[in-house]
Amino acid sequence: MSEKYSVIGTRPIRHDGADKVTGRALYGADFQMAGLLRGFILRSPHAHARIQRIDTSKAEAFPGVHAVITTKDFPQVDGTKMVDLGEGLMPLAYARGNVLAGDKVLYRGHAVAAVAAINAHVAEEAAALIEVEYEVLPCVLTAPEAMQPNAPILHADLTTKELGENTGKVSNIADHIRFSIGDTNAGFEAADLIVEREFNTATVHQGYIEPHNATALWNTDGRISIWCSTQGSFVVRDATAGILDIPVSQIKVTPMEIGGGFGGKIPVYLEPVAALLSKKTGRPVKILMPRQAVFEATGPTPGSYMKVKIGAKKDGTITAAQAYLAFEAGAYPGAMVVPGAMTVFAAYDLANVLIDGYDVVVNKPSTAAYRAPGAPNAAFATESVIDELAEKLNLDPIDLRLKNAAKEGTRRADGPKFPRIGCIEVLEAMKNSEHYRSTLTGPNRGRGVALGFWFNIGFPSSCTLNVTADGTVNLIEGSTDIGGSRTSIAMQAAEVLGLKAEDIHPSIVDTDSIGFTAVTGGSRTTFATGWAAYEAAQDVVRQMKERAAKLWEVSPDSVTAEKGLYKSNGHSIGFKDLAARIAETGGPIVGRAAVDPRGAGGSFAGAIVDVEIDPETGKTTILRFTSVQDAGRAIHPAYVEGQMQGGSVQGIGWALNEEYFMSNDGRMMNSSFLDYRMPTALDVPMIETIIVEVPNPGHPFGVRGVGEANIIPPQAAIANAITRAIGTRLTRLPMNPPAIMEAIWCQKSSSPHS
Amino acid sequence: MPSKTHVQTTINGEPRDFLCEPRQSLLEVLRDTLNMTGTKEGCNDGNCGSCTITLNGRLVNSCLVLGVEAEASQITTIEGIAQGNQLHPIQKAFLENAALQCGICTPGFIVATKTLLEKEPHPTEERIRFFLSNNLCRCTGYDKIIKAVQQAAKEMSA
Repeated sequence: MSEKYSVIGTRPIRHDGADKVTGRALYGADFQMAGLLRGFILRSPHAHARIQRIDTSKAEAFPGVHAVITTKDFPQVDGTKMVDLGEGLMPLAYARGNVLAGDKVLYRGHAVAAVAAINAHVAEEAAALIEVEYEVLPCVLTAPEAMQPNAPILHADLTTKELGENTGKVSNIADHIRFSIGDTNAGFEAADLIVEREFNTATVHQGYIEPHNATALWNTDGRISIWCSTQGSFVVRDATAGILDIPVSQIKVTPMEIGGGFGGKIPVYLEPVAALLSKKTGRPVKILMPRQAVFEATGPTPGSYMKVKIGAKKDGTITAAQAYLAFEAGAYPGAMVVPGAMTVFAAYDLANVLIDGYDVVVNKPSTAAYRAPGAPNAAFATESVIDELAEKLNLDPIDLRLKNAAKEGTRRADGPKFPRIGCIEVLEAMKNSEHYRSTLTGPNRGRGVALGFWFNIGFPSSCTLNVTADGTVNLIEGSTDIGGSRTSIAMQAAEVLGLKAEDIHPSIVDTDSIGFTAVTGGSRTTFATGWAAYEAAQDVVRQMKERAAKLWEVSPDSVTAEKGLYKSNGHSIGFKDLAARIAETGGPIVGRAAVDPRGAGGSFAGAIVDVEIDPETGKTTILRFTSVQDAGRAIHPAYVEGQMQGGSVQGIGWALNEEYFMSNDGRMMNSSFLDYRMPTALDVPMIETIIVEVPNPGHPFGVRGVGEANIIPPQAAIANAITRAIGTRLTRLPMNPPAIMEAIWCQKSSSPHS
Repeated sequence: MPSKTHVQTTINGEPRDFLCEPRQSLLEVLRDTLNMTGTKEGCNDGNCGSCTITLNGRLVNSCLVLGVEAEASQITTIEGIAQGNQLHPIQKAFLENAALQCGICTPGFIVATKTLLEKEPHPTEERIRFFLSNNLCRCTGYDKIIKAVQQAAKEMSA
């Protein structure tokens, strides 16, 4: 903890803690209202089919049913109109089509129709009575297959954009992007050693424990109220308005407590459906998504096929790097291949780079963000190749990375030059860690390391502070709190005001009650909403100075404020005493700020992992795991550690077990928490953390944001550790027991001694 | 519409009765009929542990118990862990150790931990991890949850 600060760097109890350990906190599914109906969504049993006919008459006649809707109930607006639903521009037809299918279903689980009824059971029973006639079409499930010229086409209107130019050619390749610097041919010629490998990663899900939910009331005055679980209430408002073709002013979104998101609770799925059902019934309608639908029909992260080639001199200097990335977008374009391509070599200072990225639609659910979206796939490839180079050049893998590490002034292949970053500091912290310096012994054991980079984002945030007469401050914000951000934001206001964290009472309010605030995502909340709180607190300080000046009959300019003590010419008064006198000195004090910061500081993270492989079963045991991350400034270190530990364990699951196991006809065979095997408490050890603090010059307290970079390095670190343990390299995720047994058997059968 | 059955139970020490359809789970009854929404639904098929309660002293997933099965039973839910405004040492330990992020799994973990520490006041780390492996948490990586349970064990046996 820095001595400069009184609150920042401490570990207060979170403000919403008592509610969350007693069961009092209200999440979206907990919302109740008089006259509430329950909705249920009928989903496609096919991965790819044309809808020939939908007959809803039997469902409508079912006792207890109030309404049934299909795509016909959407306002019939031109589908080519472009809308921004929070993650970039897309045609309205795609946005609408993912909420309720149009003429085709594009993945199993695709929503086809919805029922509102007196309770959830009746709604589900009635949905089963909806008759849908499908013409089943061949499906395509991986990017390499979908890119073949004879592949089944998902969208007849999707034409390939080739390096920014629309080719007019219909295909499943939505976009081909390229980033390059220097001359890779010359770079590879200058190399003493070139390693080139192909990699595959399976589709994985964010796996938040709370399923999606939404309640909507389309009121008689035409205004819509929505209560839901979301990472961004304003995104829900704007996306729902876009899909229903109504002005944003007609919608008020109240974000309920959110039970996890990791990027997956940015898109809307249920909100527009609940709104349409409410419009048709005149009653509030609540929809809870079943877990199976969460897996089958919300946005997982892309599966990918990648090829990475890196050349280096004997001393470890990298001379050239080339990557080919083909990411599965799922049913609609937008596979996060752009950030994948932007980050694939971003941790290194390279002169010659060529990166090609392909955004490919396949018959799987439309992908969404998942913690540093795109980067973990890309880093799995790059960091595996870097590790192999280190091994073949007989160099320490951290030294090889240090030799080529990105630093201030390094130009990334996608254009920007790095400002002050902590890449080298993270690598040095890894190298100096007790973990890395310890010796790992024993058979079938190995140690691996890897590095990851993520941009983090800024985006708009708003904050209001109301000073109360007892000297506390009510903080109003619009950032939904997934992991303790109420507290990390309140702490920044408290630091400016010279108050304790407990003196600030944060509230997250609806979209009518606070200025626009972008999503809780991109590691931006403590950075940007924290900055808004900082500015709003400065506004309070300015007004408090004026009040003190009035009391003392001095010029406001003569009043100083330090750690909550206001002084001028021998006068002094504390914040609380001054707050008690605001009524007599001019009335309420309200501090306000709206910010749109651009200075998000990139964050680097590293992982060190020791594994042991059971050669009989192929099971990997994580013996020890250390996560290292540059937080810029750790506002609340316990929750920074929590982000690092959580991201690391998600990375462990991604590396070892998690995958969408698809049948040939596009059915996810493991759509439950039993079979989609996320790590349990028994699967992981304690996760050690090392917080590096290289302050971000672009934030008043130096915050960089910590939510994402930690999930990037675990997959490659574990792959590298497994390589050391079994003597052969796995290039496909997940590295589950069958994959490891296969690798061991292949190695044995190819060995000259077998 | 299926007819409803009258069920009498004791929940968190208070007599509670309700009407439920044979197909309704105890989780659904708790949440929708009795408005006890502290017990959470994560999967509705017994694999996440968010709906963990105790039924006659046994730890169960309330999504796997039918409401009608609760006749004459003693039920404890998350709402029954604190004594009035006095948090249970486990609840305090979860707060002090930052053992929750989104909080949706927290009620299930706290109810399960209470059962563990009542049975085994001094569990090893391995034992805690084994006992809590029915409860999924996706945010914390479990580290701080294990530490909270260890702290609670220490305080409860002090």
